[in-house]
Amino acid sequence: MSTKDFPTSARTVIIGAGIVGNSVAYHLAEQGRTDIVLIDKGPLPDPGGSTGHASNFIFPVEHSKEMTLLTQDSREQFRDMDTFTRSGGIEVARDEERLEELKRRMQSAKAWGEPAEMLTPAEVKELVPYINDDIILGGFHSPDAGVCDPLRAGEVMRARAQDKGALSLAPNTEVTDIIVEGGRVTAVETDRGTIEAEEVIIAAGLWSPKLAKMAGVEIPLTPAVHQMISVGPIDLFEEGEGEINYPIVRDVDTQMYERQSGNDMEVGSYEHRPILWDVEDVPSLDEAPLSPTQPPLTHDAFEPSMQHALEIMPEILDDPSVEIRHEIDGLLSVTPDGMPLIGRLQDVEGLWSCAAIWIKEGPAFGKMLAQLMTQGYCDIDIHASDVNRFYEYGNSRRFVKNRADEGYRKIYGIIHPAEQWMSSRELRTSAFYNRQRDLDAYFFEAAGWERPQWFESNRDLLTKYSAELAHLMRPNEWDSRWWSPIILAEHLHMRDHVAMIGDTGFTIFDVVGPGALDYLERIAVGRMDVDVGRSVYTPILAENAGFVSDLTIVRLAENRFRVITGGGMGGADKSWFRAHLPADGSVVLDDQTSALCTLGLWGPNARDVLASVAEEDVSHDAFPPYTAQDVTIGEVDAWAFRISYVGELGWEIYAPMEQGQRLWDLIAEAGEPHNIRPAGMGVYGTTGRIEKGYRLYGHELELEYDPAEAGLTFHGVKDLDFIGKEAYAEALDGEPIAKMCTLSVDDHMSSTGERRFMLGSEPILTTDGEEIVDDHGRRSYVTTAGTGPSVGKHLLMAYLPTDLAEEGEQFLVEYMGEQYPVSVEVVGSRPLFDPKNERIRS
Amino acid sequence: MDILTCVKRVPNTGEKIVLTDDKQAVDASGLGFTVSPHEECAVEEAIQQVEQHGGTATVLTLGPEDASDELVTAVARGADEPVLLEAPDTSADPMATADAIVDYIESRGDGEVPFDVLLFGNESADAGNYQVGVRVANALGLPCVTGIKDIELEDTTATAKREVSGGWEVFEVPLPAVISVKEGINHPRYASMRGRMQARRTPIETVEVDLAGDERFEMVELEVPETEAAEAEILGDSADAASAVVDILEELEVL
Amino acid sequence: MVLALVEHVEGEPLEESLQMLTLAREIAEAEGESVHGVAFGDGVDGLTDRLEDAGLEVLYMVSLDGIDRYAPIAWAASLEQLADETDPAAVLAAGTDRGNEVLAHIGARNDLPVVANCLSVEVGETYTLERQRWGGSLIEHARLRAGPKVMSVALHELPIESAGSGAPTVESFTPELTEVEHLVTVDRFEESEEEGISLTDANVVIGGGRGVGNAEDFDKLEELAELIGAAVGSSRAAVNEGWRPHDDQIGQTGAKISPELYIAAGISGAVQHMVGCKGSKHLLAINTDPEAGIIQKANWAVLGDLHEVIPAITEEIRRRQGE
Repeated sequence: MSTKDFPTSARTVIIGAGIVGNSVAYHLAEQGRTDIVLIDKGPLPDPGGSTGHASNFIFPVEHSKEMTLLTQDSREQFRDMDTFTRSGGIEVARDEERLEELKRRMQSAKAWGEPAEMLTPAEVKELVPYINDDIILGGFHSPDAGVCDPLRAGEVMRARAQDKGALSLAPNTEVTDIIVEGGRVTAVETDRGTIEAEEVIIAAGLWSPKLAKMAGVEIPLTPAVHQMISVGPIDLFEEGEGEINYPIVRDVDTQMYERQSGNDMEVGSYEHRPILWDVEDVPSLDEAPLSPTQPPLTHDAFEPSMQHALEIMPEILDDPSVEIRHEIDGLLSVTPDGMPLIGRLQDVEGLWSCAAIWIKEGPAFGKMLAQLMTQGYCDIDIHASDVNRFYEYGNSRRFVKNRADEGYRKIYGIIHPAEQWMSSRELRTSAFYNRQRDLDAYFFEAAGWERPQWFESNRDLLTKYSAELAHLMRPNEWDSRWWSPIILAEHLHMRDHVAMIGDTGFTIFDVVGPGALDYLERIAVGRMDVDVGRSVYTPILAENAGFVSDLTIVRLAENRFRVITGGGMGGADKSWFRAHLPADGSVVLDDQTSALCTLGLWGPNARDVLASVAEEDVSHDAFPPYTAQDVTIGEVDAWAFRISYVGELGWEIYAPMEQGQRLWDLIAEAGEPHNIRPAGMGVYGTTGRIEKGYRLYGHELELEYDPAEAGLTFHGVKDLDFIGKEAYAEALDGEPIAKMCTLSVDDHMSSTGERRFMLGSEPILTTDGEEIVDDHGRRSYVTTAGTGPSVGKHLLMAYLPTDLAEEGEQFLVEYMGEQYPVSVEVVGSRPLFDPKNERIRS
Repeated sequence: MDILTCVKRVPNTGEKIVLTDDKQAVDASGLGFTVSPHEECAVEEAIQQVEQHGGTATVLTLGPEDASDELVTAVARGADEPVLLEAPDTSADPMATADAIVDYIESRGDGEVPFDVLLFGNESADAGNYQVGVRVANALGLPCVTGIKDIELEDTTATAKREVSGGWEVFEVPLPAVISVKEGINHPRYASMRGRMQARRTPIETVEVDLAGDERFEMVELEVPETEAAEAEILGDSADAASAVVDILEELEVL
Repeated sequence: MVLALVEHVEGEPLEESLQMLTLAREIAEAEGESVHGVAFGDGVDGLTDRLEDAGLEVLYMVSLDGIDRYAPIAWAASLEQLADETDPAAVLAAGTDRGNEVLAHIGARNDLPVVANCLSVEVGETYTLERQRWGGSLIEHARLRAGPKVMSVALHELPIESAGSGAPTVESFTPELTEVEHLVTVDRFEESEEEGISLTDANVVIGGGRGVGNAEDFDKLEELAELIGAAVGSSRAAVNEGWRPHDDQIGQTGAKISPELYIAAGISGAVQHMVGCKGSKHLLAINTDPEAGIIQKANWAVLGDLHEVIPAITEEIRRRQGE
């Protein structure tokens, strides 16, 4: 393209022509978008980003459902473009702990529907004749793993979009600015001219933060080194034809992989110390000897990896004629939690992020973003990759680097489902923090907030409840990692007396203005025209009636509503609410997250405690459940909301953050005669909720399931129009395909005589050991696992196909290589504990 | 055959070279370092000659401590003994560089040159002065040939060939001799993994040197010349372009 | 006086030497002096005529006792002896292999700095000069104080200008050489032999990529290669498709080539490939896609289908050879 036909305007500008940008372009065209321009500062087909040096293997099985499904979808796309070669892949274990982890891989493979098998060392050797089977204990074989060609795939995707007349290309074009006017993107400036645009997608890999900054927003990732060498020629490989004839080996204990590429072996490592870059230091195309993302290998960092590679494949690698023909510190993008950064950048209308994506997920994420942009939702729930999850707390360079540094070491690590980050802690501390710390709180972090998971100061309760808890103790170290039986004791204490839970970490924003009611009616399933002081718990749906969120809205005044949602998804929820604001300015969002602290007060004695310090009448009649009112507690002007996520009588008390400590002290003092104890999020988030069958967004509630399936049909279908209404009404009309159920574990005993406790994401199997798939192809797996101390059982939540969802029905759950009998306790949302909700209403 | 090969560490640049703010040096941050292709070939030649004749391949560089990376690379490929003449930087002028090398050789020699062959690259990648080898030869009273693309060693003589239009100019020089080689004399091997690992454990003989710069030549600053973006000349869009292509083949004299 | 080494092939001065003389005259003019040339070879016909416009006042024709061929030290010694007689402000040569080598010897033997590949000189007590570094990618600004100033001149940077001063006075010169100065000399000349063509040695390489489409169509490349004595290589994509053996791969994990001409057919230009062929002196790309990255790097491009273009080239060469 010469300068003279450089486009001056486009509907959509995509910045970055790596695997992601090409995929977004193609799928937008598929979705009917035309007038798309794809820009890259480099040449095609290899503009010099991470796509050009990736090792290109596709290992489908991950513990994350989202990532596994996206990888599977990408593999299909690569296959469709004739750019996938199936080679199989094997993760090998060098020690016992890893062997256990590989069993968990099997469990995830079954849960997400990917064929897999465990191999003995001899079986590994049969598939990989050059492996040193003396140093491995076994392998996890993924037969449908393979390699792709992302540069070729990019060409195919561009050609397809061009064939539709939807795409023009602008390679060798550097973006110099992104113009934002009145809060929305209007143009992209380049070194070859300005393109006016309605929407802009930043798909620029590790350069994304730099581009985001041009628009005044942030994409939190850092360039990081992944070391890779290519050694050859290897005689054995000469004999075969084409790119790959042997399975990829992941030597996960050393954080390495070995993958045939022609007559070379690519030896890659994540073992070395994290080497993080600043995007400003990445050389330009002209300056780089190889490519901007392929700086020279840092030799000393790679040395242990060299040793490990020689250990595991001595026959072919420890040969003087096999030479290191290529060696790089390959730069890729690492985010604070290792997950991608997808979606709307909420501060600038029309600006989207699609960054920090591995090759193996590239085509799928492009598809998901295109779907999000054109229809508002996508086929696979990608909430864990929402770019907004770090909104307003986790975008600083220090935070990104600290977490990237920590996360880098775990890329092939054995990550416990509850594993906590250790760096950049104490970033968001509430007004209660000092008091909680004084009580020996064990803190977990959520969206930057420090929240007690349990209190060591409650350890004495274990003695008190030893009889009730004896059979719920977890003898296995893995099962009890990041967990304490104190959680269970706190739970029982709350049910018997009263507990105070400083559950700060909510995202709170008030919806204000003359258009507030109409606006919320349009967003929420529930009827919003309630009396002032009343609350509505409501699903928030996409047009397909899948869950975008579930949250609580309280009417504070005629034109003022308060939205209270979980902290972790707060950024994403806010983004959704902002995206649907009316254009006429009749509604504004007023964020209260950092202004208010929240103290939960729950248990049979809660009213006695509150009554003793509140100026107002808090009797059942004066303060009915599900209502909210202003209260004065001691000197503190607070706002109390009679609701409970743990199924108890009680309140969430909201106070100005700066008065929070006083509030804590007042309640603690007032509670003393009533045997009050602090309790942690272990009770709030798991034990209390699971006994009550309360669903949690991101676990039970996802885009892939609708309210009928989730058992949240109590709103019926209101007359007013709302997002997702048509699909929702249809769902309520028919028989759901699947139903959310609560199951309990019938027998915990493993073959080695140890009682085991599932942690979540395990596959549910028939009593014959068959995987369970519903008519929509969705598989049954454990969405939440947790102990219900008051019912004395370990509980699992899972969707089951409707014909199997019968109370009393028997199933198996596979956990760490063994199968355990479980049975259905409840079909639907009826609470297992206090089914009539008498406690809440007392 | 005991062969000393001298190499110079230089930034591994791309098409566009970026200077430090003071314009005194190339900004090497993020680029890494290498030696010139001529010197890679010199190291390979030394390794091959020692493989053929026995002896020791010593590799030497002058520069800061980090410059030993290039020695490790040479050892990983098969050189035997690394020598670092440690100086604050690598930008010494050719006279000072030659002096330092000569001092080192003499310090090892007992009045005799303790090597049969001194190999250099024809010129360094960065400075391109074409003279360190010649200066070393002169100081040591050794014969010197440059621009060499083929070497045969016998007990007391070297036959060295220099490529000129239409053929080769052949030199015969007695040993010990200084030979500067050009890229193309051989195909340098890469290191094996084992070689790389062992190289990192090979002790490096380090000699601190004091460089006295020659004040008669003084760099003021460096400049990146303006270059026009080269665009491909489009010869056509079909088989009709064949005639233009053949014209080019004729012009390049490759038919 | 400026003393300038004029290289020639059987009486035909090298272009590079004529370019060098442009700078030599500038320096001489600024110094208020003249240029004296030095050429080696006994009884060379025609050189004086060819140098009629070169602005030389004197041309020393040097014959070396017992040396017929190039002898770097003897050449250096000759220039030194002439310099001793004429006391030049500067000694210049073209920055050719020989020029740089001879000047390096002069510098080494006389403890003088030598400045290679100069582009311009501002004359004064101290010379302020510009010279090429990094193979011409950088310019160094420098000062030179020594006397005489020994400098080679960058190749193909300066114009050849006519000075129109008429033929130089020719003076014969025979230096006195020591044994050592006789030591290094070209012993004999060997003709190049036609060797088997390997990728890394070939003068022309024809590379085929995914655009070739299948293994059979590489025959078209082979046919052309055979005709012109070229080697055939391929991109990683073609190797991965199984169309070519692994050994044929040009790229960062395959062969690194440095031919006079690389013809890249149906190759898009991934970094991994470009690293392997960046040593090529010239690049001709044949590709249907005008956006292909390799077009950016090429000297010439044919934006057409290699399946038609390559056979047409073969045909055209045969036609011309037949003429």
